[in-house]
Amino acid sequence: MAEAQGMVQKTGAHLWITHVLMITGVLVIFFPIWLAFVASTVTQPEIVSPPMPILPGDHFWENYKAALFSGVNVPVATMLINSLLMAIGIAIGKIIISLLSAFAIVYFRFPGRTFFFWLIFITLMLPVEVRIVPTYEVVASFGLLNSYSGLILPLIASATATFLFRQFFMTIPDELAEAARVDGAKPMRFFVDIVLPMSRTNIAALFVILFIYGWNQYLWPLLITTDPEMNTIVMGIKQMFPSGDDVAEWPVIMATSILAMIPPVIVVISMQKLFVRGLMDSEK
Amino acid sequence: MEKRVIFRGWLLPICLVAPQLIISVVFFFYPAAQAVWQSLFIPDPFGLSAQYVGLGNFEYLLSDKYYRASFVTTAVFSILVTLCSMVPALFLAVCADRLIKSSGIYRTLLIWPYAVAPAVAGVLWMFMFNTRVGIISWYLGQLGYDWNHVLNDGEAMGLVVVASAWGRISYNFLFFFAALQSVPKSVIEAGAIDGARFWRRFFDIVLPLITPTAFFLMVVNVVYSFFETFGVIHTITSGGPQQATTILVYKVFSDGFVGQDLGSSSAQSVILLVLVGALTIIQFKYVEKRVHY
Amino acid sequence: MTYVSLNSVKKSFGPTEVIHGVTMDIKEGEFIVIVGPSGCGKSTLLRMVAGLETISSGEIEIAGVVVNDKEPMDRNIAMVFQNYALYPHMTVYQNMGYGLKLAGDSKAEIDQKVQDAAELLQLSELLNRKPRQLSGGQRQRVAMGRAIVRKPSVFLFDEPLSNLDAKLRVQMRLEIRDLQRKLGITSLYVTHDQVEAMTMADRMIVMNGGRAEQIGTPLDVYRKPSSLFAAQFIGSPAMNIFDARIENNTLQMGETIIAAIEMPDQAVKLGIRPEHFVPSPTGAIKISIKATEPLGANTLLHGKLSGMGQNITVSMQGVHELSEINPTMAFDVERENIHLFDASNGKRLS
Repeated sequence: MAEAQGMVQKTGAHLWITHVLMITGVLVIFFPIWLAFVASTVTQPEIVSPPMPILPGDHFWENYKAALFSGVNVPVATMLINSLLMAIGIAIGKIIISLLSAFAIVYFRFPGRTFFFWLIFITLMLPVEVRIVPTYEVVASFGLLNSYSGLILPLIASATATFLFRQFFMTIPDELAEAARVDGAKPMRFFVDIVLPMSRTNIAALFVILFIYGWNQYLWPLLITTDPEMNTIVMGIKQMFPSGDDVAEWPVIMATSILAMIPPVIVVISMQKLFVRGLMDSEK
Repeated sequence: MEKRVIFRGWLLPICLVAPQLIISVVFFFYPAAQAVWQSLFIPDPFGLSAQYVGLGNFEYLLSDKYYRASFVTTAVFSILVTLCSMVPALFLAVCADRLIKSSGIYRTLLIWPYAVAPAVAGVLWMFMFNTRVGIISWYLGQLGYDWNHVLNDGEAMGLVVVASAWGRISYNFLFFFAALQSVPKSVIEAGAIDGARFWRRFFDIVLPLITPTAFFLMVVNVVYSFFETFGVIHTITSGGPQQATTILVYKVFSDGFVGQDLGSSSAQSVILLVLVGALTIIQFKYVEKRVHY
Repeated sequence: MTYVSLNSVKKSFGPTEVIHGVTMDIKEGEFIVIVGPSGCGKSTLLRMVAGLETISSGEIEIAGVVVNDKEPMDRNIAMVFQNYALYPHMTVYQNMGYGLKLAGDSKAEIDQKVQDAAELLQLSELLNRKPRQLSGGQRQRVAMGRAIVRKPSVFLFDEPLSNLDAKLRVQMRLEIRDLQRKLGITSLYVTHDQVEAMTMADRMIVMNGGRAEQIGTPLDVYRKPSSLFAAQFIGSPAMNIFDARIENNTLQMGETIIAAIEMPDQAVKLGIRPEHFVPSPTGAIKISIKATEPLGANTLLHGKLSGMGQNITVSMQGVHELSEINPTMAFDVERENIHLFDASNGKRLS
């Protein structure tokens, strides 16, 4: 009896230590975000005379208003809209083309199918960073610099999503397609009425992953958006730092940083289950 | 595995794959081929004509001490990022695994940094270590340590490593946590009955069971540190000081866009391409193996 | 009147022929069961009628029209799948109405037909449920409902009961047969279960290795199996098969003379169903009983033929305990219950 009690108490103490370790870990990991938030609520003089405060000040609205509507080169609101369009464009574009081609690969036998399969397999291997110079030239030759198409199209040419959908379609029982055929459904009917609704969860999970992928792009927008009006927020922050010895407008820059992380954070947190699922799936 | 043939016809499926095919060819295969082609030429300074040099660009690169240094930098950087993102993640995952009831809250909090873009992470860390206003560099100064990543190679590397690893901790945490959750409780209980203490159990029983996940994460993190850390480096150090943080991808960018040396940049792309190809094959070999478990 | 006709229907996958030519005429309203072990080609045959598999050679006619090149939907058939193949994201109502919707029926027509079918199948309460909220038997009924709303000219069933538990299977067996009689729709029903075949079929096709071994009514097949395979596959417990021979117009097994049979001398396979042994003190067949299995209404006796060592199963009326019965018993078999098959090709001799 005493033995058992001793064990319970010991476990309790261990549990507390674990909680303390965990909270410390979370605090350390959170600190950079917290500090950025604090910096976005104080004044420039408070920051440039170190050490800066570690509790929020009362200039929240002022700094965020300045960032959103004036910014440095361009209002942050504009960059936010650009980022949003780019992220949504990439996510939706990639989902649509992958759904279509995965459907074709799984449910048809057509000439060149194997060849096509290997083609997209190869695209898995090469991130855009590897082929930036020639890709830039292609986009430039199409006159797509400083355009949404230029931001979006080169980034949707990847096969991860196609493989994911292919994998999922393979798990749809054959009988379902046959039942649909007996019911009189033509291929595209079957796709729209049966396959799409059944893929809802996968589509949503993938959307979360791709939205973040698109939102967080840096190098590509940096190259092709020379016009500040087309800057995305993630790449735009760096452009807000002055060249030379001028002092950066820290509160505005930090407010922009916070604004840049809010949309993806909201997506990730509010769709946590889908996000984790999408993450695990897309790495399989 | 194949489905039973379900629908007949070939025109429809070809139309269905056409969008992906066209985009892949235009923005992927053509540029990749272009990179290979350009790597065989040296353009004249005005970009009007190019001289065929065969593998000259490659020979030059491999004998170039800056390029070789960049290889070493990349290796050091990748190893450090992988370690700094995996070890804390594993530690946090082990803690969270013990706190089943409240692990949800911790998980929600720990996911945050994953959503933060590498470039934004770069800005956050640079802010903390800024030589003029950074709060951490200031406290280090108070302790008598003069932090200056703008001038000091090691400090610059340290900062980009930490900033790159930071967001990855979330990612690795999620995978480690899932792996730990899937370790059968009966195995752990059997260990406990055999008298193994917690850390003993962890090293003898749990760790071997999650090595597949760890290996997988290792490969993924190396790929990440190769390519997706561009934003971090560009915002914090721009490759400096004196190329101390110029990893291979950064060099492709700086030689191609800043230095306008297209032949060399293309040759570097081709080398990277081979490297990624090898990494991907390792990754797939491994994934295949995992399927057989 | 012939309604569905199969005319030397063959199927090959690549160079491998899996159906070696099946010919059969099916009358309107008939319930045909295709029965056989797994891999015998029974499902493939059904799927060819459905239009889900192409026909390599031969012809299939439905209502006087050759349908070889017609899409499933143009054959006016309905099919019930083994795993039901209900659309998981649609309600029962939507599942049943989907085919009608595609056929272009008006909302009112669809509603009328779905409600009628639902009433017939006692599904009216469940119309707004999703398949995952239904029990196995209910799913089975929805699959049936989806088939009948379209008033097809042919029903196709692909092992529809194999996912149900034994009790439900018996009940659904009766329901399906009842419904089919009520609607009078010609049906093809695939199963590997000989009990289903015996109880449901107007006529059955016993298939083996891509061939129709026998086509006939259940009693025909039971009484006069046309091959060794059909004899062993139909009937439970399975028929006893012995090596025997005809000599001097007598059927002999070892040294024992079983019966007088006028036939040329030859080696034969002798088949006797367990239920056809008649205890008789003077019987020619002597069996040493090793074990008994009382099943209630009857008892299975397992033993060996005296002096032969061959295993044999006998079914006797009533309950018998091993301790109560004579360890060696003698049996007679009536002539009409003696089945003889060619020893080399398994074809029926008499």
